[in-house]
Amino acid sequence: MKTIYLDNNATTQVARDVLDVMLPYFRDLYGNPSSMHTFGGQVGQKIRVAREQVASLLGALPEEIVFTSCGTESDNAAIRSALTTRPDKKHIVISRVEHPAVRTLCSHLGMQGYKITELPVDKNGILDLENLEKSLTPDTAIVSLMWGNNETGVIFPVEEAARLAHEKGILFHTDAVQATGKIPINMKHNLIDMLSISGHKLHAPKGIGVLYIRRGTKFSPFLIGGHQEKERRGGTENTPSIIGLGKACEMAAQNMEKENTEVRRLRDKLEKELLQKIPQSRVNGDIVNRLPNTTNISFEYVEGEAILLLMNELGICASSGSACTSGSLQPSHVLRAMGVPFTMAHGSIRFSLSVNNTEEEVDFVIEKMPAIIERLRGMSPFWKEAGQACGEQ
Amino acid sequence: MWEYTDKVKEHFLNPHNVGEIENPDGVAEVGSLACGDALKLTFKLDENKRIKDAKFKTFGCASAIASSSALTEIIKGMTVDEALKVSNQDIAQYLGGLPDEKMHCSVMGKQALEKAVENYRGAPALETGAKIICECFGVTDKEIERAIRENNLSTVEDVTNYTKAGGGCGSCQDAIAQIIERVKAEPKTESKPKLTNIQKIRLIEETIEREIRPSLKQDGGDIEIIDIIGNRVIVATRGACATCKASDITLKNFVEHRLKELVSPDIMVEEAAK
Repeated sequence: MKTIYLDNNATTQVARDVLDVMLPYFRDLYGNPSSMHTFGGQVGQKIRVAREQVASLLGALPEEIVFTSCGTESDNAAIRSALTTRPDKKHIVISRVEHPAVRTLCSHLGMQGYKITELPVDKNGILDLENLEKSLTPDTAIVSLMWGNNETGVIFPVEEAARLAHEKGILFHTDAVQATGKIPINMKHNLIDMLSISGHKLHAPKGIGVLYIRRGTKFSPFLIGGHQEKERRGGTENTPSIIGLGKACEMAAQNMEKENTEVRRLRDKLEKELLQKIPQSRVNGDIVNRLPNTTNISFEYVEGEAILLLMNELGICASSGSACTSGSLQPSHVLRAMGVPFTMAHGSIRFSLSVNNTEEEVDFVIEKMPAIIERLRGMSPFWKEAGQACGEQ
Repeated sequence: MWEYTDKVKEHFLNPHNVGEIENPDGVAEVGSLACGDALKLTFKLDENKRIKDAKFKTFGCASAIASSSALTEIIKGMTVDEALKVSNQDIAQYLGGLPDEKMHCSVMGKQALEKAVENYRGAPALETGAKIICECFGVTDKEIERAIRENNLSTVEDVTNYTKAGGGCGSCQDAIAQIIERVKAEPKTESKPKLTNIQKIRLIEETIEREIRPSLKQDGGDIEIIDIIGNRVIVATRGACATCKASDITLKNFVEHRLKELVSPDIMVEEAAK
């Protein structure tokens, strides 16, 4: 059975060209980049190139790029550094829809005595900057807001938010794990102090991330050890993955246009046709301020896990914000923050595309989804009544 | 991804008895859309007052649908009294087990069954004197107590997995912990007075003779008691059981389960060395 992978916000396939540049660094060129000999030193040279490639995608300076192990590490390092370098400040501002890497960290910090403000979003998942401004106090150490939401794709105005934070001398961090490579980012034109990237969301391997730290920003390392990364992140470099990530960033810059034309067109087609063919379905999240590859659709009166498993039978991969898929009993915190009714949230499916998806794949999903939803609705005790009430079916 | 058994997958992909019976003898709806799972159960009796047909409609995940399918299969042919003895464990066992976090799906089946029987008998639907503990999922103290007793639960997390109580805002978790304390403090064999050793041995023998041996013999097997030491019942397998690869599963899931139920929850069944 062919796999139709529409779960690219969960992870992406490593690009062939990325794998090719990585392979020599596992066996042939295994030297330690910190070594004095040429054998290791030549690897150090390749890391410099990768650093430049990442910097170039972000419009950053190479020295502002710190390689980490993942997006979660980058988020943790950024927030903890802000608290360490501003020890007198005890307040953190985040949003209610942040990734668990930020949200769970902050709830731990909350238990350790820090005050956490979680900014609300409206029904479309949009942040109100006036709320942000009001939440900032002289005690605020850092504001951390994601650039693009992993569940809905909704884009936050982080550059504007960073400006508001800076006016009050507050550090600003953004989790740009989903946004990187999908929308243009140019650190020369904003005031964001720190920014997190994850390799495996842009066709590099899992286990590699980046923390961008603006030049001049005080930083206290999260992993303390050797002198690597200019003493901002101890630990021997993950050389194959760093080199792979460099290549992936170079490719992301080249693919940016395709993301915003071809991928967007396929996403829009998928969304439009599913809404048309399946009654009582709707999109979660603002459809304008949104990453080009993501759509989050709720199918009322059916449950997400059941939908996913029937899709799975056809080789179609996606995700759900339903309670049952997470092991918790409540649906996604993102959908709840947006006030999506539970009846809708339980039946939400996130489709996230990439440049690897084809028209045929999208057509196949459009063809198969209506029957899946209909089959589950046929089993649902709520469907008949609801259908009648709305004059459908 | 959940690790569902093949049986769960089978009953999810090809559920048995989906639908609603017209003019049912018993009907019940449990759960709600907001909770994330709900089940409507209908059944009809034949002239001998046995369940002739049972059908379900379920909103929920794969294990909720599979549990509903299993429930309707299990109760067909039973009298309502027999059906009431079906526990959530029986539903889970029929499916070859459920992930801990999904046990509440089997509990939902049990609740629907009880309510449907109450509906048939014209009895009140709500347990009298029950108090809602978990506001998020509408779970009462009685339901929590029963889940603790029947499944021998010891932590708040267990209770959440089995009943959903405490899985929402979490504000009732202290209350759940208190209920666990209270139930744990109850004398265990309240209804069954403590047995002397001789009484226990006799009861084990009788139970095997009456409840266990007949069904083993149906499959050409048998067991023999070799020894009873404290709560350890040592048996030898005979007939088809002696050569059956699944006999240790039968011993645990059937023989030990019945003895735990009918004699003492502390019984352990072991196979004598061959």
